[in-house]
Amino acid sequence: MLLREGNIRIPAGCAISGIMNKKGLLFSGDDIVKSIALMHERSNGLGGGFAAYGIYPEYKDLYAFHVFYHHSGAKEDTETFLKKHFDIKLSGEIPTRKVPSIKDVPIIWRYFVLPREDKLMEWGLAEEEFVVRCVMRINSNIDGAFVVSSGKNMGVFKGVGYPEDIGEFYMLDTYKAYIWTAHGRFPTNTPGWWGGAHPFTLLDWSVVHNGEISSYDANRRWIEMFGYKCTLQTDTEVITYIFDLLIRRHGLPLDIVVTALAAPLWDEIQRMDDERQELVKAIRAVYGSALINGPFSIILACKNGILALNDRIKLRPMVAATKGDFVFVASEESAIRAVCPQPDRVWAPMGGEPVIALLEGVEDIWP
Amino acid sequence: MAISLLTPEFIIERNDARCIRCQVCVRQCANLAHIYDQEEDRVLADDSKCVNCHRCVTLCPTRAITIRKNPLEFKENASWTATAIREIYKQAETGGILLTGMGNDKPYPIYWDRMLINASQVTNPSIDPLREPMELKTFLGRKPEMLKVENGKLKEKLPPQLELEVPIMFSAMSFGSISFNACQALAMAASELGIMYNTGEGGLHKNLRKYGKNTIVQVASGRFGVDPEYLNAGAAIEIKIGQGAKPGIGGHLPGEKVTAQISQTRMIPLGSDAISPAPHHDIYSIEDLRQLIFSLKEATDYRKPVAVKIAAVHNVAAICSGIARAGADIIVIDGFRGGTGAAPLRIRDNVGIPIEFALAAVDTRLRQEGIRNQVSLVCAGGIRNSSDVIKAIALGADAVYIGQAALIAMGCHMCQKCYTGKCNWGIATQDPNLVKRLNPEIAARRLVNLIKAWAHEMKEMLGGMGINAIESLRGNRFMLRGIGLTSRELDILGIKAAGE
Repeated sequence: MLLREGNIRIPAGCAISGIMNKKGLLFSGDDIVKSIALMHERSNGLGGGFAAYGIYPEYKDLYAFHVFYHHSGAKEDTETFLKKHFDIKLSGEIPTRKVPSIKDVPIIWRYFVLPREDKLMEWGLAEEEFVVRCVMRINSNIDGAFVVSSGKNMGVFKGVGYPEDIGEFYMLDTYKAYIWTAHGRFPTNTPGWWGGAHPFTLLDWSVVHNGEISSYDANRRWIEMFGYKCTLQTDTEVITYIFDLLIRRHGLPLDIVVTALAAPLWDEIQRMDDERQELVKAIRAVYGSALINGPFSIILACKNGILALNDRIKLRPMVAATKGDFVFVASEESAIRAVCPQPDRVWAPMGGEPVIALLEGVEDIWP
Repeated sequence: MAISLLTPEFIIERNDARCIRCQVCVRQCANLAHIYDQEEDRVLADDSKCVNCHRCVTLCPTRAITIRKNPLEFKENASWTATAIREIYKQAETGGILLTGMGNDKPYPIYWDRMLINASQVTNPSIDPLREPMELKTFLGRKPEMLKVENGKLKEKLPPQLELEVPIMFSAMSFGSISFNACQALAMAASELGIMYNTGEGGLHKNLRKYGKNTIVQVASGRFGVDPEYLNAGAAIEIKIGQGAKPGIGGHLPGEKVTAQISQTRMIPLGSDAISPAPHHDIYSIEDLRQLIFSLKEATDYRKPVAVKIAAVHNVAAICSGIARAGADIIVIDGFRGGTGAAPLRIRDNVGIPIEFALAAVDTRLRQEGIRNQVSLVCAGGIRNSSDVIKAIALGADAVYIGQAALIAMGCHMCQKCYTGKCNWGIATQDPNLVKRLNPEIAARRLVNLIKAWAHEMKEMLGGMGINAIESLRGNRFMLRGIGLTSRELDILGIKAAGE
């Protein structure tokens, strides 16, 4: 029997794409679907997905939970848990279209919630940390339930299939967002589990990732010391947790986080001035286990903007472009030109050189 | 005196047609196994004195000498082997504890040889160290749980760290257990390589103080040679609680080895026995250890990391957790195959546990407690080659210590007679005529060659795994698979079986 993701580690290659409007202007999912569809050959129909920011302006202060259920019992158990810990303001099925190639569809539900005050008091946690723990509890304890996303004014739409079919299935043309990211997956083997598709999320964070990191177990065993549980055994999951730890919990500025994840080489560090050298040495000494080694290109998104990053010796393709207030990042330049034929600037970022795009007026990617 | 029942362990074979009577063997053998008969003009041998150190074999200009295991057989007996019988004869003749040198030589499983390393194929690329940078730099010392950065600057400086160019150091070997020339060779090599050597509990000879940047000074139960100047002379301090070759017991340097130099360096009277007690008499519990750690930190103004070295024993994981919490910056675990200059045979061969299990258990435990990141972990005892180093780091070590491998690089032939003081290679001896056989420059060169060769091999293996910085291998147990191990053993090592 094939093991489901989480019980086994499945290497995968992929395509990624991201589009953002820095002024926060909302635009439909048509372009992102077109962009990722162009890289059809980089996926194999075993996983596709999208993250969208700004899609629920009328409920922007509520946590939006997108949840997969593989049987109705899981739904009952999860809803019992949710009712106990949250005030559910609104819930319902996520609307979908019939698409012939999309099969074995789980029950896909959406909840807009706020943590219950009494539970926050009881657990003694900040709101965000409370949400993180609850999501982890559902995902690891309730069989057949999987929280796909849990941020505010954002959501993830993913499943087993080619990304363009997934986009059609979820009717992304009817949503409007200021950040869209997309992922097409090429796993080497998978039983086709919807939860295993990407993006992976935690709170507002979403990550799409192309690559197979060779530091996985070093990263995993380190991050788990801080209370994270890597239940899916995917690179994307561990990378998301590392971002969450360094940015949200350790409060490090984004450039320091980038220096930890895609650290400069020692011969480069040697050429830095003394003060910078001391800082970078300290980052590598303290956050050595957060160094992500091996091939990757990732797009991290959150409500404030996006960060695109390659591994330090650029073992995976990634191209960026700008046009007016729009920023594009994709595995291939063609995927950008498919939706923006005449960009103002196109470039291939160097290994470890981040592409950061923030909403106007925002100082850092967090908070 | 009655005739000895012990028959020679080795026999010396001399091809008389090749022998030119140069008598090199006679002059070279400190055990007096070769005898020149002037009347007959022949070189004879007393097999019973031969320890099979290969000194005569290597130096014989006509390659006339071979040493063989004595083929003499006892009546076959699975229980009473030749070794068991000979040990009884020795004790019946002397009434003493059986002594030996170097590490446990019994055929216990060597778990390094039951772990296999991964390599990248298709889904991610291997990296070619000849074309791409490959980084082995390692920092040892206490790390804060998180960094605080303000306006692009570090808000708090890091606690003191040892910066190693290669995650390999030379184990503690005291001046006394080994010769001055051997100590000097280790110091010179460490300094050229950007790594550390360790004084052991022999103090620090004044002529070696200039290598301080690459020196770890040891504080052991005998406190030989310890004063504030000594503590401040090195880059780090190591408190030795125990040693893999002889957990639970102290050490003994016989008075005849306490020469003028050693007496000065160890700060003890000339010719007096140097006895290290089994425990530190100021450490009877973990809170006492904490006091010693902080006394040493006070004495050095918190500018040196403090390491604590223990032997790998049954409850090693819990002990190491206590050591980390007691304030140690580096924990050294020495496995039961670790070497020594002298140890009671029964202790060496029967006390302690394999380093592979100890290391895995400690790393797992420290991670479960969320404190692995704060302390560095050094693995010692039986590291034989670069793949052992890679496996140790993948299991969770930050760096390794090598002792026996370093001695072998200098010329040791593992005859296990270090305790006799008659080391023909000039390593484990204080006899000036023997010591001068070891040229420190040449020995240092050989040590540098060895570490450089291992570093090259490590880079090849790392590149094969698709990793270009050693920190991404640390604790990366996915890179290991077990072969021929029970599921219990796999669980303890925290690795999967080959094929999984």
